Amino acid sequence: MNSKIGIVIGREFMERVHKKSFIITTLLMPLLMLGLACAPALIMSVAKGETRNILVVDDSGFIAQSLKSDEKTVFSIAGVSLDSALNRTDISGVLYIPADVENGSKAVRLYSNGASSLSLEIAITSNIDDIIEQKRLKEYNIENLGTIMEQIHSDVKLQNIRNDREDGDNQSSTALSYILGVALTFLLYMCLLLYGQMVMTSIIEEKNNRVLEIVVSSVSPTQLMLGKIFGICLVAVTQIVIWGVLIAAISAFVLPSIMPADVSAEMAALNAGTLDVNTATTDMDLLQAISIMGNVSYILQLFGLLILFLIGGFLLYSAIYAAIGSSVDNIQDASQLQSFVIFPIIIGIIFGMTAASDPSSPLSLWMSYIPFTSPMVMMARIPSGIPGWQIAVSLVILYLSFFALVWVAAKIYRVGIFMYGKKPTIKDLIRWARYK
Amino acid sequence: MNLLTVENVTKAYTGHKALDNVSLEVPEGTVYGLLGPNGAGKTTLIRIINHITAPDSGIVTFNGHPLTADDVEHIGYLPEERGLYKKMKVGEQALFFARLKGLSRADATRRLKEWFDRFDIGSWWGKKVEELSKGMAQKVQFIITVLHRPKLLIFDEPFSGFDPINANLLRDEILRLRDEGSTVIFSTHNMASVEELCANITLINRGHNILTGNVDDIRRRFSDGRYDITFEGDPRVLMNALQNIASEFDVTEAPKGRSSLRLLINDDSTLRDVISAANPAVAIAGINEVMASMNDIFIRTVGSSDATAVEN
Repeated sequence: MNSKIGIVIGREFMERVHKKSFIITTLLMPLLMLGLACAPALIMSVAKGETRNILVVDDSGFIAQSLKSDEKTVFSIAGVSLDSALNRTDISGVLYIPADVENGSKAVRLYSNGASSLSLEIAITSNIDDIIEQKRLKEYNIENLGTIMEQIHSDVKLQNIRNDREDGDNQSSTALSYILGVALTFLLYMCLLLYGQMVMTSIIEEKNNRVLEIVVSSVSPTQLMLGKIFGICLVAVTQIVIWGVLIAAISAFVLPSIMPADVSAEMAALNAGTLDVNTATTDMDLLQAISIMGNVSYILQLFGLLILFLIGGFLLYSAIYAAIGSSVDNIQDASQLQSFVIFPIIIGIIFGMTAASDPSSPLSLWMSYIPFTSPMVMMARIPSGIPGWQIAVSLVILYLSFFALVWVAAKIYRVGIFMYGKKPTIKDLIRWARYK
Repeated sequence: MNLLTVENVTKAYTGHKALDNVSLEVPEGTVYGLLGPNGAGKTTLIRIINHITAPDSGIVTFNGHPLTADDVEHIGYLPEERGLYKKMKVGEQALFFARLKGLSRADATRRLKEWFDRFDIGSWWGKKVEELSKGMAQKVQFIITVLHRPKLLIFDEPFSGFDPINANLLRDEILRLRDEGSTVIFSTHNMASVEELCANITLINRGHNILTGNVDDIRRRFSDGRYDITFEGDPRVLMNALQNIASEFDVTEAPKGRSSLRLLINDDSTLRDVISAANPAVAIAGINEVMASMNDIFIRTVGSSDATAVEN
């Protein structure tokens, strides 16, 4: 009996792993992700960006000459009245500064030709605020103000060390935890959605093909459904494992060899606990991030947990996807029922984002126990270092929920695969689940 | 001995009974016709025999014991709506289905090679199913159905979609499998092929078994003692000679050669009386009992069953 599930799993697995698209995505995805991560910086450096010319009509008499232009925004003094400045169309906008700008009784106005941008508005207000603050400071007539300000200025460096960890992995970077948390949540979200839908479309295809009738004359519908779910799960796991190995290999071999000598020296000092923070030339956060990324065992542990939550989450969601797929004839009919899966997945990713920035809040904790959101929320919390028992509880709840859900899904599937024609309603699905 | 018996099987879906107290017995080594209009419950019954769905009540006995999930390894099923995995290669696909039926990979490969040789389709092995024509795919599907040498074969409209040559090939294979000991359940709307292939039939309508039995017996029962006489000579002379023995004459006259006369023998006469009277009148070439066609029987039986259903 069970060997039949094995044969079905084998077919589902081989069919997908053999595909060129699978091999290509598996190998290129890490590169693509890296590319996407670097893309904003690349685009910034390549694209000059359009320069905005702002004409300033200054009734206060002291703002305009102090406004700081940069590559993006160039301020120029109008020297004409507001009305005539407004007639010019060859500029991005006109900034009007009222005479009593200092009292704030009247607003500064920006007349823009075309859409303004939030960053421009923030740049202008903070620019003007700075000028007014400087002017007011000067009015106190303090000697050597510039020197004093420089002496007052402070730039504290924070090294975050976990006190609750007994082992050597006490380096902790909140920024990296956040980025990792968000990245893992997204990865899980993508896998759940892509592979879950794969289960659904594959069932719809079998049903439309009418191949299903032959298959179920050899294996029971439940065996076929489980075989399909496990087979596709195995594909997802294979992909994640390959990615994990690739990234671990990069951090073990590639990262050390491309790092500049002084950075790796400081890294070694950091890991040995002898680093003098004040003399370090590399940014502390960056140093800690590199230190963690270079920690192969940490990365493997992270991927191990990712796989456990991926399997649990995938099994849970694909059971629902299977029930939906079995009950409809085509993808169009499935769209409405699909909201039952997509809705909780979206909630999961939203709370995952929240959990990445605040991993120990009660909301994050509870959301990482509820089975539908737990895979994504838990993966967002794990990089920041949480107690192991919380992970264990979450996993147990997740897998138990899968068993309960797959039992119901199998009942719907068994009936649904022979139903053609009418688009089923939720009521129909509930009725099918109750059949003997 | 019966390979399969179905006793008082009932299966209800919401609102209607797909099968209501249906019983039938399929003798081993024969072809058994499962007939009925569309929506009569045939497919439901076939699914129950295939252990795909379970009956609400009633017992299915296979090879002497109640049907279990393991018995499907001894059943081969060719559904009416054919389908294969389109993207999968023919050979791989056939192996997949054979292994699901319990064959080892080596066994399945050897037998597949034999069948591919027999049908002369060895070159299809590495082709994807979507590259095959409909008829080609049906041949592959037939091989998949019979490959594990099942004790029970279930064919649902096996000839649909085949050209006459391939349909003939298929019919010969079905008969050969029967002669080698397989039992065949044959579901079709083509009544001529029922007369040709089936030893016994069951006719289902609205979930009820309305007619069961041996095909020849049923046809004889539905025929009312009419005979066809084929002869050379003048039909009027023959009718004159027979006017006190038979009635309801119906002549099919051929200007040259043999004519034929259909007649109904009177209750107080026998076939022997007909022969004695006819022999001096014309040159008899042959006498055949007119058996009701399965087509007529189907229409009459289903029609009267529908009429009763409406009355109730």
